[in-house]
Amino acid sequence: MRIHIEGGRLLDPANNLDAKQDLFIADGKIVSIKKKPDGFDSDLQINAKDKIVLPGLVDLCARLREPGLEYKGTIQTESLAANSSGITSICCPPDTDPVIDTPAIIELIHQRSRDAERTNIYPLGALTKDLNSEHLAEMHILKQAGCVGVSNAYNAIDNAEVLRRAFEYAHSCNLTVFLYAEDHALKNNGVVHEGALSTRLGLPPIPETAETVAICRAILLAEQTQVHLHFCRLSTARGVQLIKAAQAQGLPITADVAICNLLLTEMDIADYNSDCHLQPPLRSERDRSGLIAGINDGTITAVCSDHQPHDVDAKAAPFSLTESGASTIEHLLPLMMHLVNREELKLEKAISLLTSQPANILSIDKGSLEEGKDADVCIFDNEESTSIDKDNLLSIGKNTPFNGWETQGAVSHTLLNGRVVFDRSEFK
Amino acid sequence: MTGNIIQLDNNGNLKHFLSTEGLSQSLLQSILDHAESFAGVGERAVKKIPLLRGKTIANLFFEPSTRTRTTFELAAKRLSADILNLNISTSATSKGETLSDTLHTLEAMHCDMFVVRHANSGAAHYIATQVAPHISVINAGDGRHAHPTQAMLDMFTIRRHKKSFENLRVAIVGDILHSRVARSEIHALNTLGVLETRIIAPHTLVPKGVEDLGVQVYNDMDTGLEGIDVIMMLRLQKERMRGALLPSEQEYFQRYGLTSERLAIAKPDAIVMHPGPINRGVEISSEVADGEQSVILQQVSHGIAIRMAVMAMTMGRSNDDMENTE
Repeated sequence: MRIHIEGGRLLDPANNLDAKQDLFIADGKIVSIKKKPDGFDSDLQINAKDKIVLPGLVDLCARLREPGLEYKGTIQTESLAANSSGITSICCPPDTDPVIDTPAIIELIHQRSRDAERTNIYPLGALTKDLNSEHLAEMHILKQAGCVGVSNAYNAIDNAEVLRRAFEYAHSCNLTVFLYAEDHALKNNGVVHEGALSTRLGLPPIPETAETVAICRAILLAEQTQVHLHFCRLSTARGVQLIKAAQAQGLPITADVAICNLLLTEMDIADYNSDCHLQPPLRSERDRSGLIAGINDGTITAVCSDHQPHDVDAKAAPFSLTESGASTIEHLLPLMMHLVNREELKLEKAISLLTSQPANILSIDKGSLEEGKDADVCIFDNEESTSIDKDNLLSIGKNTPFNGWETQGAVSHTLLNGRVVFDRSEFK
Repeated sequence: MTGNIIQLDNNGNLKHFLSTEGLSQSLLQSILDHAESFAGVGERAVKKIPLLRGKTIANLFFEPSTRTRTTFELAAKRLSADILNLNISTSATSKGETLSDTLHTLEAMHCDMFVVRHANSGAAHYIATQVAPHISVINAGDGRHAHPTQAMLDMFTIRRHKKSFENLRVAIVGDILHSRVARSEIHALNTLGVLETRIIAPHTLVPKGVEDLGVQVYNDMDTGLEGIDVIMMLRLQKERMRGALLPSEQEYFQRYGLTSERLAIAKPDAIVMHPGPINRGVEISSEVADGEQSVILQQVSHGIAIRMAVMAMTMGRSNDDMENTE
């Protein structure tokens, strides 16, 4: 299959490319940029005039719910939703059921991913066996089976000795540790940011220190063990400052943030809106702008969807009894563009946070447009505007906190390995 | 937050009673006026008026309660409504039925009103968004969020003793952190226009950002009680001693227990209130609880009048309707 993407604005931050150029694809690879190869005869021509042509997006954290919670989502359904936002590579955390702590589960996920033929899926292996925070998982075996990093997902490791040893062992396997920084005791079963809103609604609060204390502890242990540490989904401005200081010391530490925490605050919870029940919680406007600042000063280098599709019942209860998480994967790119349109982020920066930089964190050869590379491409139509309607989501999870939002621009095409996996005109 | 939009109907009348927050001063005064008109019913030989005859009210108690449930039941009976008492913590939900399923089952039994007590904040609000349009929901306490009928019966008691709210200084003492009563009282007092609302508690029992609700925070009880007209004591749950919130009941009583000596710091005509049940010797001495300035038992009987008022108002009826038909 030979594809000619014609007349688009190619934007690839990894190669400092931003120019109106054509893209030529053959046999799943990018064969040429700008110049038509001799004798290239396309089977398919895609008109990208007035559109932006981007590398396929890399989502650093999305739960596809398979295996174990297929009633909330499957690799097939959630990959299609991902494609509609231009995502072609997905990193998924190990808290599936069963947990990703054996090669068999990794093989199962790879098999389902091959069957779906929509995305490249990069599983994270468990840091501790069954995520029990006590015994180390077989990290070397998991790495051989294809996991790209290790994580304990939402399960905090209270025992600092276990955390130290887990860091040391992961380091000796040359695996990055993806840590969700939250102190279990300080969280104290909280469900919303501690502040005037938690007090007013009478909801159990999560103090800022639940995150910052966990970050401090992890930084000190990372300094001691020299492990590559990636902080997942920061929520506090203070946390960003702590990580910035650690990076300034030269420690190999990176961090990401979820799209919801860049666009929403605790105030969006308003009348107990359970679609805004998230983990980490939505925090104050001061925190939100601190996260944006952390992106702009280079402390945070990736934005993920933190996609967590849920069944209807999971969100239909009094706030504290609902499950946390939002269905966000199919709006990741339009929502990032929203931040660009609001002039909080520059376009090139926004794209690098969704492409080359998360690819660097995962050490995968994705997220850029180069000759000879896999033809994972996203074509974004900036003119198309969409309004987000929770009843019309492709994801099984309808739990979006952005219901009713108007976003400017939508993905028109997504290509994986030189094959069109999403064409918006088929969904009208 | 749980303000006007959901609590009022299109004509600005009370549809659900979920929180004292966001309701106007005139509406809160109107609740007190209605309660005043119902207060005499309990003293008649026939303690019943047929205002809600033919209506069915379901007491949905997802959390155990004796006194609140009993006063709601009594209020419903005095208005001649039929009342169902459902102790849901021990029936449906433990069998895995969802809250929505429970509600729809009760709707199918043609209930007109749900009185809801639930351990989770926002539960009454959630239920109000789920029920059919003809059903009213009254919050009988949700988590740490609100207990609006308790707050209104306290306002009723204050108004009877102090006539107006304008020049009053009120102190709420104790476990503000876990108290839905305190939150509802703070909103009601500020809306009704008191001069000052203080809360008096150690830092461990003061929720973050509570100043934003319009209160002054005092850690020292003796300073906090100076110039106070109304002292509202809160119940201290014994389980608070198990965590790291307080060292012991003895120490708490020493610092925050209301004794005769402490009461003397407040204004001479200050009244002492408590939502009950009282822990004598923990938050209040027996001498004060049973003393002349205590209005604790009046609060209980006022609770019935307030609940009658709110039930009638959310059903679109008032005692005037009654007098017109008589």
